[in-house]
Amino acid sequence: MMKRLRRLTAVLSLIAMTIMMTGCTDKIVVLNPKGEIGKHQLDLIIISSVLCLVVLVPVLILAFYIAWKYKHRPGKDTKYSPKWEHSTKLETIWWGIPIVVIAILGIITVKYTHMLEPSKPLKHEAKPLVIEVTSLDWKWLFQYPEQGIATVNYVEFPANVPIEFRLTSDAPMNSFWIPQLGGQIYTMSGMAMKLHLIADEPGSYMGSGANFSGKDFGKMQFTANATSQEEFDGWVQQIKGSSPALTTEGYLQLAEPGVSDLQSFSSIPEGLFQKIVTKYSSGHNHGSASEQADSKE
Amino acid sequence: MWDNVKDFASDFFVTGDPLIYGADVAIVLTMVAIVSALTYFKKWTWLWKEWLTTVDHKKIGIMYVIAALLMLFRGGIDALLMRTQLAVPELEFLNPEHYNAIFTTHGVIMILFMAMPLMFGLFNLVIPLQIGARDVAYPFLNSLSFWLFFMGAMLFNLSFVIGGSPDTGWLAYPPLSEKAFSPGVGQDFYIWGIQISGIGSLMTGINFIVTILKMRTPGMKLMKMPMFTWSTLSSCLTIILAFPILTVTLALLFIDRYLGAHFFTLDGGGNPMMYINLIWMWGHPEVYIVVLPAFGIFSEVVATFSKKRLFGYKSMVFALMSISVASFFTWAHHFFTMGSGANVNAFFAVTTMIIAIPTGVKIFNWLFTMYRGRLSFPTPMLWMLGFIPCFVVGGMTGVLLSVAPADFQFHNSYFLIAHFHQVLIGGVAFGYFAGLYYWWPKVFGFKLNEKLGKWAFWLWNIGFYVCFMPQYFLGLMGMTRRLSTYGWDKGWYELNLISTIGGFLMGIGFLFQVWQILHSIKFMERDTTGDPWDGRTLEWSIPSPAPMYNFATLPRVSEKDDWWEEKQRIAQGGAPSPRPKLEPIHMPKNSGIPIIMSACFFVAGFGFIFDWLWMAIPGLVGVAACMLAHSFNYNTDYYIPVEEIKRTEAAAGRAI
Repeated sequence: MMKRLRRLTAVLSLIAMTIMMTGCTDKIVVLNPKGEIGKHQLDLIIISSVLCLVVLVPVLILAFYIAWKYKHRPGKDTKYSPKWEHSTKLETIWWGIPIVVIAILGIITVKYTHMLEPSKPLKHEAKPLVIEVTSLDWKWLFQYPEQGIATVNYVEFPANVPIEFRLTSDAPMNSFWIPQLGGQIYTMSGMAMKLHLIADEPGSYMGSGANFSGKDFGKMQFTANATSQEEFDGWVQQIKGSSPALTTEGYLQLAEPGVSDLQSFSSIPEGLFQKIVTKYSSGHNHGSASEQADSKE
Repeated sequence: MWDNVKDFASDFFVTGDPLIYGADVAIVLTMVAIVSALTYFKKWTWLWKEWLTTVDHKKIGIMYVIAALLMLFRGGIDALLMRTQLAVPELEFLNPEHYNAIFTTHGVIMILFMAMPLMFGLFNLVIPLQIGARDVAYPFLNSLSFWLFFMGAMLFNLSFVIGGSPDTGWLAYPPLSEKAFSPGVGQDFYIWGIQISGIGSLMTGINFIVTILKMRTPGMKLMKMPMFTWSTLSSCLTIILAFPILTVTLALLFIDRYLGAHFFTLDGGGNPMMYINLIWMWGHPEVYIVVLPAFGIFSEVVATFSKKRLFGYKSMVFALMSISVASFFTWAHHFFTMGSGANVNAFFAVTTMIIAIPTGVKIFNWLFTMYRGRLSFPTPMLWMLGFIPCFVVGGMTGVLLSVAPADFQFHNSYFLIAHFHQVLIGGVAFGYFAGLYYWWPKVFGFKLNEKLGKWAFWLWNIGFYVCFMPQYFLGLMGMTRRLSTYGWDKGWYELNLISTIGGFLMGIGFLFQVWQILHSIKFMERDTTGDPWDGRTLEWSIPSPAPMYNFATLPRVSEKDDWWEEKQRIAQGGAPSPRPKLEPIHMPKNSGIPIIMSACFFVAGFGFIFDWLWMAIPGLVGVAACMLAHSFNYNTDYYIPVEEIKRTEAAAGRAI
């Protein structure tokens, strides 16, 4: 019996391995991270999966074994104890095992929750690039306050430079997600959230609005391009040279409900992002006062 | 004048889609068919006297189950429409607006108008019989609860053909659900449909708590109650704490929409995040409300078909009750990505994981109930066996989701969709199916066909894995929920196509169940024993279907699984325990007020939805008039004479 079980386990783990291997192809983006945050999150996914499997696999094997062994057939003589209903020893074991597993997982989770808190700046020698993100009905506006340019449904930044995304919304809430760089964070009106990400290598990464926000929310997908510093600088210059300016008037038009193609703007109105953040908050905004102070610099 | 009428009609009725016109025709034809059949067979009086005005928990239970199965059909059609749209990239089978409406109604219907009434149906069918009671504590209220649910569900479903369906997701997050972004009446249908049925749910919760605490037969101490009764108690306690939150939250949303307040709006100091907190303070306990009774069902089923006592009774009770308490401390795990900060996220991550402990313990207890048992596998037990792997894997992915920083990568993706369908289908739906198959002979007096049942079981099970396992990977590939279409370039098409095939397999499984029921009604043999499964608890000690008064004399209980122990005693040559002398039985009288009052609620709700005060006010006046009429009605009960009890028992083949 034990031999057969062992063989079964071997086959199952082979299947699991195959799935994991195919998982390393490009398509399964969450399992194929290209940035520090995404990599830590993948570690955590693997650790927690393994911890869960430690309980799950024996339980599944036990379930089918018991069901098979004690299935009643005429002439089959297995032990039958109709009144056996309690065993302090056994019950202590199966209260104990999940408690231990959850305690371990809990400690790891608390540690990682602090480590990967999205508003925490990344430790890196390069100065972070600030990108201000606004979710609109149904498009993304990216502003580069330091470069003075803006783009729609497209974002570009240098690899190996930490990016400080500041996120808000001028429409129903959405969620900003570039799976290969790291997890998502909501974009909410009246506040500026922070999300720190970094791309470890140049590449073109899928980005999306993950939270349902009405009719054409499915069109809120964008590409995030990580390039070299030189390419990025060239790209900025090119937009500065060839794109139209974004005016306050132009922003209001852009914010009207509707979908949009890729766009770029050579300049942005002074303090636009901050105006978007503060336009809905009448005095009691949530923790965004300090945000506004440092986005003025 | 004619133009005005035409304008009104084109706003009032949903137009423009062939699917909708098809549904319109189908609805009208069905109504005509029902009305003419009732008239032709002169069944109106029968319908009114026997069903619409009944306060008998057994009949109310049957009505709940029928309504729930109809809603399962509607919600299932919604699901298959969505899966069809997603089967191939860039399909234009449903446009985004239509798709948004369909995923919204699918979610609302499956949770609130399918799972909840099926659960209440099982409470009604089983609990009084299981604790040796003659009805619930408040039979009138029970009928009112049913009709409020029914009218709320009908009001919600009406939005399909009149006015337009809600399309902001099953929890209607503001500011999207506010007037500024959803000006149509769909959102108001959502609010009123749920509010009206929600009152019913709250009252059912109260009713069954009181029934279980006060109406147990002599000798049945709390710690001798069957496990399904315990699970019902824990579920109902959760209901009475959670549902008021839902009512208040939706009331505030209504005030925003109707009176222009600013609780959850973008501007004017509104705070949409407050709504999201509030709705999940109800929403998370809600999923435990529906799954706890399923745990109770499995406990009954596994003990019966193992012919063995339930292992770890005290552990089970403790696990059930601790889950219902802990369920109130996990709500923020639905929005770890809101940026509440590391400490808040860490707290809710850990509380969520803690729930996995009592849940895991229950699995071990069920396994060790089977260990050294004498197992047989008729359909209820098959669903139990299908449930274990499904729920264990769903539970595991739940733990993965609870790891807050990792959830940043799972949230809003198909990984999440796959997870909650796995626990809701694998836990709740499989559990309620097991319960329906198990108690069906008690309710109707015949078993359901086993062969067709096995087909349904395998189709559902295989279909489930084919449908939802690919969705975990789609989530990891970055596919987010509620997308109405996607491009070829994403590489999501193979898995989506497989998933759609699985969805249709489950649909075929449902058809097999319908066939199974119809076939069994026609061909299955009557069960004359009242105890076809060799059951353990009191409901199996009486004839099937149970007589109107359930128990001719109240049984006196001395042990857990008293009926099983009694059978053992008799088998070893002992005498059956003595029965007290027959006495007239005190019973509640039928009443037409619940259905009329609920209809008035329906009218008022409809008036508010369209902002027609001329309709809303008379509706509310009608509600008040019904309350008043019932308050002054003293003619609410009667006694069944001993002679009639003797006749009924003799007809069921029971000697008195």
